[in-house]
Amino acid sequence: MAIIGGYLAYLFRYQLAFPNEPVPGYGLVGPDQYNSFVTMHGTIMVFWVAMPILLSGFGNFLLPLMIGAGDMAFPRLNMTSYWVFFLSTVVLLLSFFVPGGSFSGGWTIYPPLSASPGYTGVIWGGHLWILAVALEFTSMLMGGINFLTTTVAMRAKGMGLFRLPIFVWMINIASILFMFSVGPLIAGAFMLLADRLFDVGFYLPASGGDPLLFQHLFWFFGHPEVYVLLLPALGIIAEIFPVFSRKPLFGYRTIIYSTLVAGLLSFIVWAHHQFISGIDPRLAAPFSVTTILISVPFAITLFAFIATLWRGSIRLTTSMLFALGMLAEFLVGGVTGIFNGSTAADIYIHDTLFVVAHFHYTLFPVTFIATFAGIYYWYPKMFGRFMNETWGKVHFWITIIGFNAVFLPMFAFGLAGHQRRIFDPTLFDYLQPYQYLHVIATVGLIVMLAGQIPFIINFFASLSRGKVVDRNPWLANTLEWLAPSPPGHGNFDQEPVVQRGPYEYSHPLLKERDWISQGEL
Amino acid sequence: MTSWLPEDISTYGHGIDHTIRVIYYIVGAWFVLTEAVLFYFIIRYRKRKTTTATYQPGTTFKALAWILLPAALILVFDLGIDLVQGPVWNEIKIYLPTADQTVRIKGRQFVWEITHPGADGKLETPDDIQILNQLVVPVHKKIQFELQSEDVLHSLWIPNLRLKQDAVPGRTIKGWFEATKEGIYPLACAELCGSGHGTMKGQLQVLNETDYQNWLKENRSLEVGRVE
Repeated sequence: MAIIGGYLAYLFRYQLAFPNEPVPGYGLVGPDQYNSFVTMHGTIMVFWVAMPILLSGFGNFLLPLMIGAGDMAFPRLNMTSYWVFFLSTVVLLLSFFVPGGSFSGGWTIYPPLSASPGYTGVIWGGHLWILAVALEFTSMLMGGINFLTTTVAMRAKGMGLFRLPIFVWMINIASILFMFSVGPLIAGAFMLLADRLFDVGFYLPASGGDPLLFQHLFWFFGHPEVYVLLLPALGIIAEIFPVFSRKPLFGYRTIIYSTLVAGLLSFIVWAHHQFISGIDPRLAAPFSVTTILISVPFAITLFAFIATLWRGSIRLTTSMLFALGMLAEFLVGGVTGIFNGSTAADIYIHDTLFVVAHFHYTLFPVTFIATFAGIYYWYPKMFGRFMNETWGKVHFWITIIGFNAVFLPMFAFGLAGHQRRIFDPTLFDYLQPYQYLHVIATVGLIVMLAGQIPFIINFFASLSRGKVVDRNPWLANTLEWLAPSPPGHGNFDQEPVVQRGPYEYSHPLLKERDWISQGEL
Repeated sequence: MTSWLPEDISTYGHGIDHTIRVIYYIVGAWFVLTEAVLFYFIIRYRKRKTTTATYQPGTTFKALAWILLPAALILVFDLGIDLVQGPVWNEIKIYLPTADQTVRIKGRQFVWEITHPGADGKLETPDDIQILNQLVVPVHKKIQFELQSEDVLHSLWIPNLRLKQDAVPGRTIKGWFEATKEGIYPLACAELCGSGHGTMKGQLQVLNETDYQNWLKENRSLEVGRVE
């Protein structure tokens, strides 16, 4: 799915740089297709790449291992969740091939554009979009229930809540955020479907509805969703930082508390997406305050990660490089969020490419850079072999350079007044002088996409050629490294008994080596 | 960075630019400082044969001060940003000044239908001038607009005025601006509204009082009440 999402990005990015020229490998992109590609790119990357990889992928593999359990609490629910997800993917991909094409109303599916097929000309593509997302969320909900139950009920002996690795905490907090936020959206989506199919009019003013109702429902889900993606990514790098700096994670409890605070805050910030949407302007002030406030708990977490490096002994393996890269790039996304959160600045910034740049600087490090960090780090556990480090570093540098080339120019674009989702910027005279930035961004994207080839080859080649490893090649403390690589059925040879916290590196009482496993007596 | 912003021709634009600049300097300083510390640590504490890592779990309040104090400073700056932006927002979006003139702007796939008051200065009279994609206003006058949409969401976007406001079907949203410089400026739609979203554009024409009166006379053929 990531490849499809990337391909779509390439199609519309090329169109922006060279409007109305055929895109190599596809052909001409018209305005309808442009809208549909943008919509599907967003949908796929957020719901079919970020969420399943970060939550389900890493979560299902790592969570039982990290808490010393043999499996998830409900293996059948897990299977059901997987097949429902599979079905949702089929439904979504099907929408590319139905008459009228895939949905083109933007990934936020704002009505009335999305509520009546007459406005976009897309009929089945829209129905299938809503169905696919509803199925996907159902699948994620089942997964979330499973994570929570597993963590509550199946921890190994001695694994108290404050001995859980941060990753486990993050997955659980993310699952809770998802559970509390997704209900309104699913209701909202079915109301939208009712509007589309039966002209009920929840969101259509002519029938007594209100388009803004949908925006409230969408963003009440949509903003916590950002943290549903962010938290597992922070969890991944929280596991990697201590191992490769040989130090305890600085402020373990503080990170947990500040994440909980951020999670709570995430439910009272949604209207910052709506400052200029027509809501009462007096509402903007409190939402602006809560939005900007959320920078504090995340700042604490990020500072704690940086403090973990202080007086450490840092090894720059590929996974550590990606983890550091995630932090460095995510900071750009974090600080630029303040512009959007500020009411006055948002009047200008809103719906420009500045916003696009901002959320890609948040979500790309989260979705891809952290995922790569996690893959390079846990690959030995998954397959019993190392990935090639040299090719990993090549992959890292191309990805980072390409990524910045794509999105840095967009901040400038946004400030120059470039509105979002227009398929041909050359139609606007005031954007002409900056057209070269689109060319730079497009070249950057092609470089970045090409940079994934070494990764894919490395990933598959290492399955048979990678250096064989034993259980604990990185000399790490958490429980998953006690299990065989790859872990067999039931995960552990014998049920581990947990003696201490997950990050006891370089403890002064340790002699000869600087680590001691959580399960070691 | 703010040099990327287009020329500001509204009375309240400087407030927005100022807010953007204030945030830029604050978060810019934080960003540079944080990245500098991060990179310094990476280089300074690279693994060497002689060094070993120090055990520092960060459990005591004294150790945590290293991260809590900077975070507290961020809190102070956050509240500072709120104080800077609040009045700007109030001026632009909350308190509508008494209008010298009112125009009605209606979005529709994919044009802006703009109704200017005629010589009598009032809307809803036969001499209103209705025209597509052309917003014509006298300079140095407080213009109130009534923003509507006939079909889907649109967003009125005039970068030089620092003006952006969504148009929502079923609602009339009021706002205002005062242009300070004559000239022709771009006007666009900033909210995805369908296949023609990228072509939905218009012009803002700011004229001096005499030119504006002449423009009204020249365009009498566009009066809504006119029967030829």
